[in-house]
Amino acid sequence: MKFDTSGLESHGQLVGASDGLFNGFPTAPSFEIPNTTDFDCFQKEAIQMVKPAKGTTTLAFIFKEGVMVAADSRASMGGYISSQSVKKIIEINPYMLGTMAGGAADCQFWHRNLGIKCRLHELANKRRISVTGASKLLANILYNYRGMGLSVGTMIAGWDETGPGLYYVDSEGGRLKGMRFSVGSGSPYAYGVLDNGYRYDMSVGEAAELARRSIYHATFRDGASGGVASVYYVGPDGWKKLSGDDVAELHYNYYPVQPSVVEQVMVET
Amino acid sequence: MEGEPLIYLTCVAIAGADYCVIAADTRMSTGYSILTRDYSKICQLAEKSVMASSGFQADVRALQKVLAARHLIYQHQHNKQMSCPAMAQLLSNTLYYKRFFPYYAFNVLGGLDNEGKGCVFTYDAVGSYERVGYSSQGSGSTLIMPFLDNQLKSPSPLLLPAQDAVTPLSEPEAIDLVKTCFASATERDIYTGDKLEIVVLNANGIRRDYMELRKD
Repeated sequence: MKFDTSGLESHGQLVGASDGLFNGFPTAPSFEIPNTTDFDCFQKEAIQMVKPAKGTTTLAFIFKEGVMVAADSRASMGGYISSQSVKKIIEINPYMLGTMAGGAADCQFWHRNLGIKCRLHELANKRRISVTGASKLLANILYNYRGMGLSVGTMIAGWDETGPGLYYVDSEGGRLKGMRFSVGSGSPYAYGVLDNGYRYDMSVGEAAELARRSIYHATFRDGASGGVASVYYVGPDGWKKLSGDDVAELHYNYYPVQPSVVEQVMVET
Repeated sequence: MEGEPLIYLTCVAIAGADYCVIAADTRMSTGYSILTRDYSKICQLAEKSVMASSGFQADVRALQKVLAARHLIYQHQHNKQMSCPAMAQLLSNTLYYKRFFPYYAFNVLGGLDNEGKGCVFTYDAVGSYERVGYSSQGSGSTLIMPFLDNQLKSPSPLLLPAQDAVTPLSEPEAIDLVKTCFASATERDIYTGDKLEIVVLNANGIRRDYMELRKD
């Protein structure tokens, strides 16, 4: 069997005239670049227009039973909440998940592209791609576009032959393997709750509750996070969505309103 | 500000159980001047997909042409019309392929999905998209969205157990709601006014209605 090195090929054609007809899928998409002397400042204006959603809280951790992934669902453009129902956990394929933080379009597009590459790998090699391999594919692509203004802070979580896998990949080209990650403006708050309650040998139920609470506490204190806290579990059979709860309702579940003792009742005339 | 033919329009789309309403005003302004009072910003891309865009007019036109051409190629290759969710992803990819030189267009795509249910997709300038029950884009969107949230706030599609996101309103009620939105937005937004164009897509096909708005 010929050793498949297609993943190592560099993505040469970053800039080029596309024929516009998109015949077949170009594995290395070529992007038009504006004809200007000052590319960096042009990029700045374009970025202001794009206004990526940096306000977010996403987290993932490995435990005995698999990987738990959770995220909020708010997208903000400056001070305006543009959406409360953004899907920040992206289903790359039935056994791998990616989380979204940073530019929404960047994350959506490159995760979809990664899903295609993973499927091509499966078809070429007759077996599923590992989480290590998938995260490396994504990291290599993002490294190629380093400095061009992409904003991606993602975690790739999945289950492969070696067991559960979790990698953090970002648009600076960084790629880290780890047991616990949280990304986004609400991540300090989420880390506080997550690190405090984490044990390797938790059950799926306990891990889900820890993930849910971490996201809830992050949305409570971070203005840029909110909406619906989604929790996914990745096990040997693939991923499964465990819950999606509105964080406002979670607040009253965790901290129900105590009826206070009233000294005098105001009389209405 | 002068000399930039940006369409500071307002467009609204609402998805119903078996219909979709897309509406936009017909004023095109640049800076403080009105270039024309009778400019249609709603473009029908396929039998069941209609797009409304705000932003830079030349980019919007170019985008519409690219999508129309791609749709024609699709029809030749597959012998059928593109479905609305497929068109939504095509629009997202088309926008993202210009990630480093974006189309200055903020789009809203409305139509009927394969089951005949209304669907609305909302975009940012570089192609991130989301299927929602209602959306508004443009200069009046900050005025209209809170009102639509109040009237139509549907359960988030991310909730589990899942709850249906399309509005329970009937078609005439939705059209009435849209007219109310624009009447109010016209009062407070200088770029919205003149005439309202409403496009309704349902099982019977597509139809256009017009309503006069304040011209000042």
